Amino acid sequence: METQVLIIGGGATGTAVARDLALRGIACVLVERHDLNAGASGRNHGLLHSGARYAAKDREAASECREEGALLKRLAPHCIQDTGGYFVAVAGDDENYIAAFPELCARAGIEARAVPVAEAREREPALSERTIAVYEVPDASIDPFMLSLDAMAQAEQRGARLLRRTEVVALEREQGRVRVARLRDTVSGEELRIEPELVVNAAGAWARGVAALAGAEVPMVFSKGTLVITQARLAHRVVNRLRPPSDADIVMPGGTVSIAGTTSLTVDDLESIEPTAAEVDLIVEEAAAMLPVLDGARCIRAYAGVRPLVSAGAAGDGRAVSRGFALFDHARHDVPNLITITGGKLTTCRLMAERTADLVAERLGVRAPCRTREEPLPATAGARWTKPGLAPQTWMREHAPEDTLICECEMVSRATLDAIAAELGGAGRMVLADLALRSRLGKGACQGTFCTVRAVAHLYERGVLAGEEGIRESVEFFRERWRGLRPVLWGDQLAQVELAEAIHCGLQGEELHARRGGAR
Amino acid sequence: MTGERLADLAVVGAGFAGMSAAIFAGARGLSTIQVGNAGALLFSSGPLDLMGVHPVEEGRVWTDPFAAAAAVARDIPGHPYSRVDAAAIRAAFAEIVAALGEAGLDYGPLGDTNRELVTGAGTIKTTYCVPRSMLAGVAALADRVPCLLVGFQGLREYSAAGIAEALRERWPGLRAIQVDFRAGVAAGEAHAAHLARALELAENRAALCERIRPQLADAQAVGLPAVLGLRRSDAIAGDLSNQLGVPVFEIPTIPTSVPGLRLKDAFERAAARRGVRRIVQRRVLAIVPEADAFALYLEDAPPGTAPLRARAVVIATGRFMGRGLVADRRRIREALLDLPVVQPSSRSRWHEADFFDPRGHEANRAGVTVDETFRPCDEAGQRVHPRLFAIGTLLAHHDWARTKCGAGVAIVSARAAVLAALHELGGGAR
Repeated sequence: METQVLIIGGGATGTAVARDLALRGIACVLVERHDLNAGASGRNHGLLHSGARYAAKDREAASECREEGALLKRLAPHCIQDTGGYFVAVAGDDENYIAAFPELCARAGIEARAVPVAEAREREPALSERTIAVYEVPDASIDPFMLSLDAMAQAEQRGARLLRRTEVVALEREQGRVRVARLRDTVSGEELRIEPELVVNAAGAWARGVAALAGAEVPMVFSKGTLVITQARLAHRVVNRLRPPSDADIVMPGGTVSIAGTTSLTVDDLESIEPTAAEVDLIVEEAAAMLPVLDGARCIRAYAGVRPLVSAGAAGDGRAVSRGFALFDHARHDVPNLITITGGKLTTCRLMAERTADLVAERLGVRAPCRTREEPLPATAGARWTKPGLAPQTWMREHAPEDTLICECEMVSRATLDAIAAELGGAGRMVLADLALRSRLGKGACQGTFCTVRAVAHLYERGVLAGEEGIRESVEFFRERWRGLRPVLWGDQLAQVELAEAIHCGLQGEELHARRGGAR
Repeated sequence: MTGERLADLAVVGAGFAGMSAAIFAGARGLSTIQVGNAGALLFSSGPLDLMGVHPVEEGRVWTDPFAAAAAVARDIPGHPYSRVDAAAIRAAFAEIVAALGEAGLDYGPLGDTNRELVTGAGTIKTTYCVPRSMLAGVAALADRVPCLLVGFQGLREYSAAGIAEALRERWPGLRAIQVDFRAGVAAGEAHAAHLARALELAENRAALCERIRPQLADAQAVGLPAVLGLRRSDAIAGDLSNQLGVPVFEIPTIPTSVPGLRLKDAFERAAARRGVRRIVQRRVLAIVPEADAFALYLEDAPPGTAPLRARAVVIATGRFMGRGLVADRRRIREALLDLPVVQPSSRSRWHEADFFDPRGHEANRAGVTVDETFRPCDEAGQRVHPRLFAIGTLLAHHDWARTKCGAGVAIVSARAAVLAALHELGGGAR
């Protein structure tokens, strides 16, 4: 297979690069080892930064966030809930920081309005009685899955190709240049070769490893961040702690839930990133200073991602490293046709893509300018089911008489799954995971206890699954849900997994199948 | 309700363990009150496990459940089965199975070995007692006879095609069809309980058989999801067998399932027949030991109401779902009396990183420890009270879901506790 540009990594950045290139008429293939947003792009809090968080330490990142945030609100409104955000200080917080905050925001061009505490508590009744200062900033909530799915969908409409569950095995060089990328389908094991003119490495935290395949270096620091999801939404707005960046300083609204986080821990191993009980406890206890109701709230799962941070050479605390992005032209490593784009934020993914595509276009001698600064991101049918609340609304408004609900927590119906499956095409993949990425399947309180059983039954009836695939799908899907459940198992959620254990082990004996399939 | 007479025994909980204890106690003439929500039985799918898998980390499946119980008794100190012998296990099962049979839920004759049956997931479950309505499935699986599986359109948790696919290597003679059989219910979701109700009527059974008969071909047995009547399931299975000319059996499905409803119903009839007084849908809030009795304080009791009083108490409150155990972020507690709970030192050790870890999870083995007669013990191993007993899944040192011993531990510990209570109360002559 030949293409102009091979993009490695299907996160927010890679899909944005694919879209930008496609809109310039540049042919590209995006290869992704797992599925879209499998890394940090799918494991963040979904915050569209106003930039206020970085106003004190990293004014450049703050300004970028401000500009890009405003741009995305205009161009991709369907992915965004413009909730607004509060920065909240409680008794005991650093008064100097509080006093300096509005001025720092102003310098970065960020609007920060002082809100009287009484007014703030009226608007957000869950705020602590111990609140001493509140500023309102233009933070918002963004659906990173919808953003990437839509970007990729538009790119594909313009001729880009997406190869999911395909990994790069080797980048073969000739006189320095990457001539052939050897790829492997991770499901079938089949190998394929691509001969690109240019390679864009957008592998996020894995960018270092991808660059190394071509003998190039990318200095990176990996920072693990953990977040906790509550069953109910605790606040309407984004609630940030008004203090220097530290653990558990944000509670995000996300549809019907809230997401509290984060932690920051420098890690080396990218393959065993799991949220821990200690991190969850820290988040719940710390963030409860802003929203005391969090302490007794039912937590339905936790998750952890790795921030790909570009180091200036010095390792150290992940928070001290810039949250800005970095574009590497590996010509200086004697790999003239490799470009790495990494670091950055979800909020700035469009800008990162623009800069990358500018460089790509220059190299290819293409004059077409970037269009993502003006052109709205079209909403597509394939991406719309990630939105919390859409499935229930659709179900209540209209559903065919013969339709039934597969996931009762999130009200995902058979027809919805069928529609997504039709968009996806091609069977023989990790079907449940693919469907769950593109809908709310398994994301409610029961975390897949019942809906896996129903979804598997339905997929067998549709002929999508064969042989023992249904048992394997059920095992793998619940195994993945478990990674997030394990650190939040107390109270009601512990009772919930007891039921899962009764069904999946007690009755169905899936643990005996899982061992036959080999331990993970 | 002042002036309530003092009961011999109060059973707290109405799952397998609590219902069994009530039946054992009632049968022995103890005046018995039972209090508790009726939740847990609804989560049963019909079969009664005794002991199936041990050691759990090896996933070894046993054919002889009595040998398996003896093995865990030997290998796991404090396991509930280490408190009983094979004769006690057999006697406990015999009495409960007989009581359920009298109440209309027939489990057939008690065997010596485990049985295998197909589940709605297309897996094969090893269990001990199987409701008669599922028995023909055990035989069909054992002989791998050509068999037709029938599914119902709209029954979301069940796919006959899925079962046949999952088992096609091991049981090539399986075929699957799906029938559009609503029996008057509108399109969309078909509820197992509605189908079960519908199949209690002869005309609906005849209509169903008309759909199945043309598809029979070489089938020597017909399997359906567990929807053959809310009651009298073996008679209904028998009628379908007569009409189709081949044995018909039920396949267990996920909760809340029809066999769970049947079990609850049969247990309740059996308890009533033995004079057990039941106070349902009322949670016990606290149990206070007094000089010669225990006072049980109930939820939503009108002010001034005297508590229930009983000379002995059996706690069968279950685990987290039943709220016998409650956990915060730091520790697991026993809900009613704050009895000592054996548990790992911190939450990070409660569960393994992989849900399907072959060893299972330590939190599932947390619970209340008891002495040889199922009396709860404190940290020093001393019994907490001579007339206080704890039974069922609340007990420590067993992982019922993975070792397949849930019903067995419940039934066997219930009998042992009731016999000990009887002795303690001086009721040996009764």
